[in-house]
Amino acid sequence: MAHPPPQKPATGRRTAELTESAPAAILGQTKREPASPSRSIVLITAQIGKTMTTISPAPFETAPGTTLFRTRGLTKVYDMGAVQVHALRGVDLELFAGELVVLLGPSGSGKSTLLNILGGLDTATDGAVTYRDQDLTRANDEALTEYRRFHVGFVFQFYNLIPSLTARENVAVVTEIAEKPMTPEAALALVDLSDRLDHFPAQLSGGQQQRVAIARAIAKNPAVLLCDEPTGALDSETGIVVLEALERVNREIGTTTVVITHNADIAGMADRVIRLSNGLIANVQRNEHKKAPQELHW
Amino acid sequence: MRGQALAIAGVIAGGVATFVMSLSTLDSLRLTQATYYQDYRFAQVFASLKRAPLSLASRIEEIPGVDRVETRVLAPVTVEIEGFADPVTGLLISVPDVGEPLLNRLFLRAGRFVHPNREDEVVISDAFAAAHGFTPGTKLHVTINGKRKHLTVVGVALSPEYIYEIRPGAIFPDYARYGIFWMARTPLSTAYDMEGAFNDVALTQASGTVLQDVIDRLDALLERYGGRGAYGREDQVSHKYLSQEIKALETFAIVLPAIFLAVAAFLLNVVISRLISTQREQIAALKAFGYRNMEIGIHYMKLVLMILAAGLAGGIGGGVWLGRSMSNLYQEFFRFPFLEYQLEPYVITTTCLVGLAAALLGTLHGVRRAAVLPPAEAMRPEPPVAYRETLIERAGLKRFFSQPTRMIARNIERKPLKSLLSIIGIAFACAIMMLGSFQEDAIDYMVNVQFGLSQREDLTVSFVEPAAPRALYELESFEGIEYGEPFRAVPARLRFEHRSYRTAIQGLEPRGRLKRLLNRKLETITLPENGLMLTDYLGGILGVRPGDTLRVEVLEGSRPVREVPVAALVSEYIGVSAYMHRETLNRLMREGNVLSGAYLAADLLKENEIFSKLREVPRIAGTVAREDAIRSFYETMAESILIFTFFIVLLAGTIAFGVVYNSARIALSERGRELASLRVLGFTRGEISYILLGELGVLTLAAIPIGFLIGRGLCAYLIVAVQSELYRIPLILEQSTYAFAATVVILSACISGLIVRRKLDHLDLVAVLKTKE
Ligand SMILES: Nc1ncnc2c1ncn2[C@@H]1O[C@H](COP(=O)(O)OP(=O)(O)O)[C@@H](O)[C@H]1O
Ligand SMILES: [Mg+2]
Repeated sequence: MAHPPPQKPATGRRTAELTESAPAAILGQTKREPASPSRSIVLITAQIGKTMTTISPAPFETAPGTTLFRTRGLTKVYDMGAVQVHALRGVDLELFAGELVVLLGPSGSGKSTLLNILGGLDTATDGAVTYRDQDLTRANDEALTEYRRFHVGFVFQFYNLIPSLTARENVAVVTEIAEKPMTPEAALALVDLSDRLDHFPAQLSGGQQQRVAIARAIAKNPAVLLCDEPTGALDSETGIVVLEALERVNREIGTTTVVITHNADIAGMADRVIRLSNGLIANVQRNEHKKAPQELHW
Repeated sequence: MRGQALAIAGVIAGGVATFVMSLSTLDSLRLTQATYYQDYRFAQVFASLKRAPLSLASRIEEIPGVDRVETRVLAPVTVEIEGFADPVTGLLISVPDVGEPLLNRLFLRAGRFVHPNREDEVVISDAFAAAHGFTPGTKLHVTINGKRKHLTVVGVALSPEYIYEIRPGAIFPDYARYGIFWMARTPLSTAYDMEGAFNDVALTQASGTVLQDVIDRLDALLERYGGRGAYGREDQVSHKYLSQEIKALETFAIVLPAIFLAVAAFLLNVVISRLISTQREQIAALKAFGYRNMEIGIHYMKLVLMILAAGLAGGIGGGVWLGRSMSNLYQEFFRFPFLEYQLEPYVITTTCLVGLAAALLGTLHGVRRAAVLPPAEAMRPEPPVAYRETLIERAGLKRFFSQPTRMIARNIERKPLKSLLSIIGIAFACAIMMLGSFQEDAIDYMVNVQFGLSQREDLTVSFVEPAAPRALYELESFEGIEYGEPFRAVPARLRFEHRSYRTAIQGLEPRGRLKRLLNRKLETITLPENGLMLTDYLGGILGVRPGDTLRVEVLEGSRPVREVPVAALVSEYIGVSAYMHRETLNRLMREGNVLSGAYLAADLLKENEIFSKLREVPRIAGTVAREDAIRSFYETMAESILIFTFFIVLLAGTIAFGVVYNSARIALSERGRELASLRVLGFTRGEISYILLGELGVLTLAAIPIGFLIGRGLCAYLIVAVQSELYRIPLILEQSTYAFAATVVILSACISGLIVRRKLDHLDLVAVLKTKE
């Protein structure tokens, strides 16, 4: 996992220039577009610097409120042979740096599909997704792997911890390959698990396992934290502890966070609530008064 | 699942095929041998003597227990073949002038039997005919009893008495240089000065009589006529060789299929257990619908039985085919006139039963686990499996391990039994590989020792009758012959306690330059003035150690019986012999300074002149060139032992592939979710392959040294199982054997690794994460 030492956050103009140009290199399509002279210079430096170091993933480097993701006419069709399932039917959406968004919608409305595309786990059938001006829709598998590796943190309903590794090691799995990670201990401290560092998943409760999963997701300092039904397998009391961890990460280190749920009560803790219905955005609502997770019940 | 089922069915089929092949070949050989012996009236007692009047035949018939008697005239013969310079010798055997022999009847492969009253007709052995391309009509120039004769081949035949055609004293057949010939009684007797007499007798025993009694009475009767000691089939050269070959085959017939079936049972076990644990929800649903445990068990049993049936069908079909091919190979090798391919029903039933038992054993465990699961529990996701830090990590090596490496170590340690069984399975593949290829190393070594250190002569000449030393000086005077070393060979029976063995005592020069005796460390040992030296294997047969005293019953001349101490055992890989100081042997025989023949060092560039010179010496019964001995040795060994090598390589490859592939597939199904999670976290395909294939790599690499050990053990076992008076294979394992075995195993592992790697590359990340375990 040899990566160059982390660079100091680039400043001002240089950041802008780099973020504008690097995506093409990252997403592995440099050959398709004719490169302007200035762009190819940047590309060379980008490649010497192993590509990814040139765009800084740390959320605090992207000014809060700037657009992190933008989707246009995003469509996903699952071809099941006899039938075609339209999971997304043209989603236009913006996600802003630092915000906590709750994606709400009934089962089957396309939430997971949208999240998976945003996270580089899946590709759209049509339309475009840009991440900081990089076109994710046209990225190949290697580029998406790099993208997930350095920019995205995932949390799933079923934790997906590695059973053979301890809590600390489950986080270390990610920090070993990341660029400017926190230490596993720091990440676990954020989710209040400092006393469970050397426990194996089998020795942890569901809520604790989910908090390890959150620590693992944020330890790399991702640009975005994507959570698909993180409380879906938990009772409400434990669920709230998990949501507290998410809220704290969002508040303290400013990680852009998307939380999927079909539980409308959870929407109260979001900056914005996006409702999905039948593959389309039904409405977007900004919460004037965010609730703390402790105030939620279901 | 399909790939895995195929891989398991393949391993089962491999085991079953080896089993069916070996056993049916074994049965076929036994049946063919028995039928051949019976139909062609192979005699049960044999005796040769100097000369007895024909009238003695009726007295032999009167011996209680004797059924049929056939007296014969046997004569050594040398043959001149145009365009073939090497010395060719043979044995002429009389057949009745009219009609077929009573015993040891001939199977006519081509031509006809000799006509009465035609004195120049001869029937020759099939192997000899084939070696030279002789057919009926070929003319032969032979020398019988010093007289040249012209014979015409009228037939080509096989005899149960000479399934193995071996020159007396030789260890291996050499069909081009030694043949069996049958001639009508009257012309042969005339040529060999045996009119109204015989010098060989063969007989059969009435059922229910004791062999030793017949032998003893026959010996008593023949003693006056220079009898050389009667013997039963056990000591008949051809029969002895054939039996030993069949015995060697028996070893293979049991060991190899056993390994295969054990590996197959293990694979079935792990695959079925795994299958059942992935299907716990379906099982729970079935149980919730009211299915009984029994019914669910039967459901899985059906699946296993289908795999088993496929394996059995393929294995039996393949085994019958292989068995037929193998039997045909043996038919050619032994020159049986026919082959009775025998597929005994017991082979099929045993195979099915063994296969079924293996499958049942393998499945019972998994099915029980599935059947006893309460439905509610089965529908909950399986709790995370408990892991611990491994021993090596706790020993302080942890900080050198990356997380993926820790995963590998912990996965291996979590299921130690399964990991161990996988290792043993792969190790056996490695071991079988070694079994296949070590024989070449061993044979090279045997040849080097036998012909490089012990038998260093270029030619061996033997005289018709013991000769004075003058005969040797005469030989040494021939151009091209550089040096000669005399020997005396005397047929004898050696007895110790209740054990006895018929062999020849060789009287040698104490400090011979050509024929040398070696100790265990391959150092030359000097013959002592007194006492016998025995081949170590013969020492084992007789149960004697240096210092013990043997009773030596000489079977020639005045047939003295003496007590002789054993001075030492000599290390020899080929044949068994007893050695003595030549002068001491002469004294024991109460004869003067005489020799039976000589070992010669010669300039082989002048080979042809030497051979034609030697042919003119009437006293010479035969000449053997060392190079020919080496060549015939190689050919025979190659044919008889290495017949298996190809099959073994194929089968070992199957095992290695079967085990590694199944382990990989199971690991993939158990860990697919984990690996997909890592992919989601941004691990590349290569990085997750490392985790999965790294585990297999560790297992494979751990298996190889264990395989070497097991392989050594198997080779040692095989050596003991096939050792005989003919040869003892030394346990010599060259590095190349180890390297080859390891390479085949690693290659099979890599191939299965690549197949699994392809599956890893197409891991569906989203689908895996959606479902709970
Ligand atoms: N891999 C797939 N193949 C076929 N159809 C799918 C697949 N994944 C999701 N779908 C379908 O797409 C629709 C949206 O699914 P999903 O995004 O999982 O919804 P949500 O997460 O909102 O419950 C559903 O109708 C679902 O059945
Ligand atoms: Mg969903």
